[in-house]
Amino acid sequence: MTSLRSILVTCTLVTLVALSPAVLPAQSPTSYSAVTEGRLLNPEPHNWLMYRGNYAGWGYSPLEQITPQNVAKLTPVWTLSTGVNEGHQAPPIVNNGVMFVTTPQAQVLALNARTGDILWRYKRELPEDLLQLHPTNRGVGLWDNKVYVGTVDAHLVALDAATGKVVWDKVVDDWKKGYYITLAPLVVKGKVMVGTSGGELGVRAFIAAFDAGTGQELWRTHTVPGPGEPGHDTWSGDAWKTGGVSVWITGHYDPQLNLTFWGTGNAAPWPGDMHPGDNLYSSSVIALDVETGKIRGHHQYHWNDSWDWDEVSTPILLDVQRGGRTIKGLVHPGRNGYLWLLERRADGIGFVDAKPFVKQEVFTAIDPKTGRPSYDPEHKPTGGKTVTFCPGLWGGKDWPPAAYNPKTGLVYIPANDNHCSTLVGQTQSYEPGKLYLGIDRPKTTLSLRAGATSIGELQAWNMNSGQKSWTHQFRWQYWGPVLTTGGGLVFSGGTNDRKFRAFDATTGKVLWEFTTNSGVTGVPSSFALDGKQYIAVQSGWGVDAQRMQARIDTHLGTKTDVPQGGVIWVFALGN
Amino acid sequence: MSARRSLLKVVAGLGLTLPLSRLAVTRALAQPDSKAARPQPGDKLIRAVAGAPGSALTPATVPAGGPPVIAYPMDATTGAVRDGSRLNQVLLVHLEPRDLAEETRARAAAGIVAYSAVCTHTGCDQWDWDARAKTIKCPCHFSTFDVKDAARVLDGPAPRRLPALPLNVSGGVLVVAGGFVGRPGFQQGGA
Repeated sequence: MTSLRSILVTCTLVTLVALSPAVLPAQSPTSYSAVTEGRLLNPEPHNWLMYRGNYAGWGYSPLEQITPQNVAKLTPVWTLSTGVNEGHQAPPIVNNGVMFVTTPQAQVLALNARTGDILWRYKRELPEDLLQLHPTNRGVGLWDNKVYVGTVDAHLVALDAATGKVVWDKVVDDWKKGYYITLAPLVVKGKVMVGTSGGELGVRAFIAAFDAGTGQELWRTHTVPGPGEPGHDTWSGDAWKTGGVSVWITGHYDPQLNLTFWGTGNAAPWPGDMHPGDNLYSSSVIALDVETGKIRGHHQYHWNDSWDWDEVSTPILLDVQRGGRTIKGLVHPGRNGYLWLLERRADGIGFVDAKPFVKQEVFTAIDPKTGRPSYDPEHKPTGGKTVTFCPGLWGGKDWPPAAYNPKTGLVYIPANDNHCSTLVGQTQSYEPGKLYLGIDRPKTTLSLRAGATSIGELQAWNMNSGQKSWTHQFRWQYWGPVLTTGGGLVFSGGTNDRKFRAFDATTGKVLWEFTTNSGVTGVPSSFALDGKQYIAVQSGWGVDAQRMQARIDTHLGTKTDVPQGGVIWVFALGN
Repeated sequence: MSARRSLLKVVAGLGLTLPLSRLAVTRALAQPDSKAARPQPGDKLIRAVAGAPGSALTPATVPAGGPPVIAYPMDATTGAVRDGSRLNQVLLVHLEPRDLAEETRARAAAGIVAYSAVCTHTGCDQWDWDARAKTIKCPCHFSTFDVKDAARVLDGPAPRRLPALPLNVSGGVLVVAGGFVGRPGFQQGGA
């Protein structure tokens, strides 16, 4: 009896160890600072509590110790290998000395932000037959004493911030039908919101909110309206059932309006004649009521998408002076190559202005009242036709987020110009969990504009004047999320030469650069400890930066080797 | 699945006092779900298409010179199609035997080579055929494999070749001659 009891105890212990995440002894388990509504509404300058640092999506740190005058002294303080390959895109999120970083495969690392020592690590065992079209993860959400991560197998997981133990794990949808999650959850007033990806697999995407404490689903709003819902009549037949409209990136939040704003993806499959109609709410921004999930407003950047122009990013919330008044703006550098200024209001979203920030050959006009574009049909992909369009599939700006610096008044846009795509539309039948692109895939090509000497551009725009202030050009494609700081700097990687750079936020001059292990497609963040400012970023090339590289290499007959493997880098001023 | 769960409940209910019964139950549990089990020697192959997949594939039903045909194994005895896992998808290409590398030719039947149809990079399962080069490219991340030579990686991020599946012809139809040579699908990394 005694020995049986011992065995049972042993078995129980073994089981517990086997089921727990790999928890290493805490290096400095300082008391964790609970994340509250007040803290998220007004994040302390020394912390980085969410995907873009604040609810407005600025990508701005008020810290000003590192300046154009001293940034040349920036040196690595510590690094940490994540142990996985593919696209490392998440920002290091920091709460009073504890850093949370996600990697592909929905791994979460909790680190001592000062030393890089591992506090705990959550490793998710993925289904062995999972398909990962976008092997990445874009970060955690924080609330109270928990950390939230959306997973590539379409779960939402709550972890204990102090231990990494799973508090709850909810199925958001069925990965076998093509659903997955890439974004960092948005947490507002105890609701954890996620959107689903899978547009290339013919899902019908949605945004859903879960109770932060219990994981109970509170509401679910599809980005493709169903029968009886407003906007459903913008679809024909059954196309809405497989209409795509992914939600790739974390939403932003306006506490005055109690609305969250989300960018939405393209309609599926790619050519527009395969889903006739405007296809609401594809390639749009939608405003969702936090309490109910109801859509309170929308603006569709372009109707009946045919170019794979997901309007991935959520617009930045900022005040813009136009015509003698202050506009509560939504600023969106679009994948369609236009820079959009919209107005957020209690009764919806209004159009103000749009102008191209890269060479765009598809739109022939923009309605000055509604913002609705007209198209050149020669550049609109359709079934059975070979069509070329510029910018190409990856658009003027893809997922890497732009940033806004309230001191310079500039919006910094990571753009790609001078690239074009050629598609041949081809009808295909839908099969759950399979690619659903509607094209003759092997005939898809990328080309570069003749005589072009650059593709990537970091552009700085003054939204009050509507004018571009400066541009820094890169020879090849540029996939660098942008951080800007109170010290007057802009930080970004994104190029295939593995560089991470600092620019003068006012002039665009490159002031510092550092060669990392891989291509830097991570969202940079900044934090401070004991009065010292740090810059943190992940380096780890993959996903669309790698895909575009492959297309460029095919076009040019070159072979570019950008090494993979994730590393977290933390920099500070040297002595 | 529910049957397995019931078995587990039975095991739990019987406790540790019935070693013989436990042995029998353990053996039953060790037998994987036949639809999810990997291809077995003797399995036939049928097209992996929604709706009516047709009858067992013969060499003549795989077009000479490509493009590839995607198939699922089928238990020759029960007729159960092993479509319970995406990892069971098999890519068949019909090539000239003289064009095949020696190792590949040894596994081929009537010039037909078979591989796991799931990319070893991140698990995609659709393929773009290059008829001139006789290569397949994954449209998800552009890994390219040489189907003439053990599906070795020619380009792209895939870390390893596609596992081959030895074939025979028996009774006029294609038959699996052995299990996958290697583990199909992606391998999860992590420190």
